[in-house]
Amino acid sequence: MILIRCPYCDEQRPEVEFVYAGEAHISRPQNPNLLSDDEWAEYLFIRKNARGVHYERWVHAHGCARYFNAARNTVTDKILMTYKTGEPKPSVEEIAEAAK
Amino acid sequence: MRYSALSLFANALSGHKKWPEQWPDAAPKPSYDVVIVGAGGHGLGAAYYLAKKYGVTNVAVIEKAWLGGGNTGRNTTIIRSNYLYDESARLYDHAVDLWDGLSQELNYNVMFSKRGVLMLAHNVHDVQSFQRHIHANRLNGVDNQWLTAQQAKAYCPPLDISPTARFPVLGGALQKRAGVARHDSVAWGYARAAAALGVDIIQNCAVTGIRRGADGSVEGVDTERGFIAAKKIGVSAAGNSSVIMEMAGLKFPLESYPLQALVSEPIKPVFPCVVMSNSVHAYISQSDKGELVIGAGTDQYVSYSQRGALHIIEHTLAAICEIFPIFKRMRMLRSWGGVVDVTPDRSCILGKTPVPGLYVNCGWGTGGFKATPGAADLLAYTIAKDEPHAINAPFTLERFTRGRLIDEAAAAAVAH
Ligand SMILES: Cc1cc2nc3c(=O)[nH]c(=O)nc-3n(C[C@H](O)[C@H](O)[C@H](O)COP(=O)(O)OP(=O)(O)OC[C@H]3O[C@@H](n4cnc5c(N)ncnc54)[C@H](O)[C@@H]3O)c2cc1C
Ligand SMILES: [Zn+2]
Repeated sequence: MILIRCPYCDEQRPEVEFVYAGEAHISRPQNPNLLSDDEWAEYLFIRKNARGVHYERWVHAHGCARYFNAARNTVTDKILMTYKTGEPKPSVEEIAEAAK
Repeated sequence: MRYSALSLFANALSGHKKWPEQWPDAAPKPSYDVVIVGAGGHGLGAAYYLAKKYGVTNVAVIEKAWLGGGNTGRNTTIIRSNYLYDESARLYDHAVDLWDGLSQELNYNVMFSKRGVLMLAHNVHDVQSFQRHIHANRLNGVDNQWLTAQQAKAYCPPLDISPTARFPVLGGALQKRAGVARHDSVAWGYARAAAALGVDIIQNCAVTGIRRGADGSVEGVDTERGFIAAKKIGVSAAGNSSVIMEMAGLKFPLESYPLQALVSEPIKPVFPCVVMSNSVHAYISQSDKGELVIGAGTDQYVSYSQRGALHIIEHTLAAICEIFPIFKRMRMLRSWGGVVDVTPDRSCILGKTPVPGLYVNCGWGTGGFKATPGAADLLAYTIAKDEPHAINAPFTLERFTRGRLIDEAAAAAVAH
């Protein structure tokens, strides 16, 4: 079980309080009717599935019930950094700094 | 050497010290007609069928660790074919057909045991969905039948069917033709048979890159032991498929999750069949060694750690103890995890890719052991003919662009 810091509650809590919500920073198409089939496939189905740093969403279901983002290493499973929804995607350097 | 009662007897006389090695550990040659990435059951089987059925013998299987050490050696070995859609019925039944004669074909006992797989229905929704499956299966000529709770209890006596049970049993779907096989033997049997036909099996040699020529087609693979040229490359790397496809510049509709299993201390034969309970994420059978083999659900997050969380198997064991109260005092021996590659519709991706000369077999997720001989045969066919077989044509990558998904996810929620 991994430990996750909810950026809203500002507390580190066990994973069972949270629900994973998939890859982060995938935004809904602005003009859905202009999208090609390839672009739809990309938006709906293609995932980075990164081996290494992965940006993902979690919801603090048994806490504040809010969605937030996390950067996690998918080889060690360690959460490197969490940040609020709407905040910009941190760079690899910023993540390394935060994980110290 | 052919394995037989006679060879067993002859080797007993020399104290079983003179058995020849089953396959040589090959060093890579500079080039091959076909390189298969990943020596799981699927990859080794594909090499075997390429050599045996399709006449391509200049083949290497390249494995980053030891053969059969991926999901092939980590799974709970459930084999069944009662999937909902027509395309899936053909795909999985093709595999079960091949399982039937596999031990004889490979001269290697894969211990395929048709002991029946019983899927438990715990609520009205389960009952309705299983009945739908049964009817769809029957129309496709796939064996599957409905058992009442009493019939289920008669088929599997350790089952608790009392109405006050935590997970009441309202009945179940039984596929009698389904069962289990010995996972390691499948990898070893294919490896031995493929090597005998001239296939090189190269272990401890991770593929680190895929080289492409000016026209975009493949030229070979970079590995930890140098560059190996190949006219065609077949990728069968299960949980690491996204990583390998990225080496060729391709993005795939896959996510990799940890999936765990565990075994108990060995006991006398007590459990006659395989029981699956999808709604509580528990799967159980008894191996010939006597261990209860128990499968859990996936962890929720993407991971390559090959390790899952304790609360996942705790949840599974809690359910097993409720459904089979006689196992409450059993102790568990070992638990482990694998990395399973899951597609959005829970069906595999088996076919060509946008890169000429690059073929893929992935996305089998939590349930590809059962498909091993079928997937291997179809991958070999696709590579040899440079086009998918009619059985895997619906399962190519294009379905995610065309929108014609084969949505076993919606049909079954989870499945092994
Ligand atoms: C716990 C668990 C239980 C399961 N239970 C069932 C079940 O009951 N029934 C069922 O049908 N299925 C089940 N499955 C799924 C099943 O195990 C898989 O779908 C199937 O074994 C996949 O076979 P494979 O040969 O494609 O993969 P693998 O056996 O995983 O082979 C892929 C190989 O590729 C290698 N590889 C990866 N990257 C590289 C690289 N860069 N270079 C070289 N080699 C590389 C890996 O080391 C590995 O050996 C289960 C899986 C797990 C983890
Ligand atoms: Zn919170």
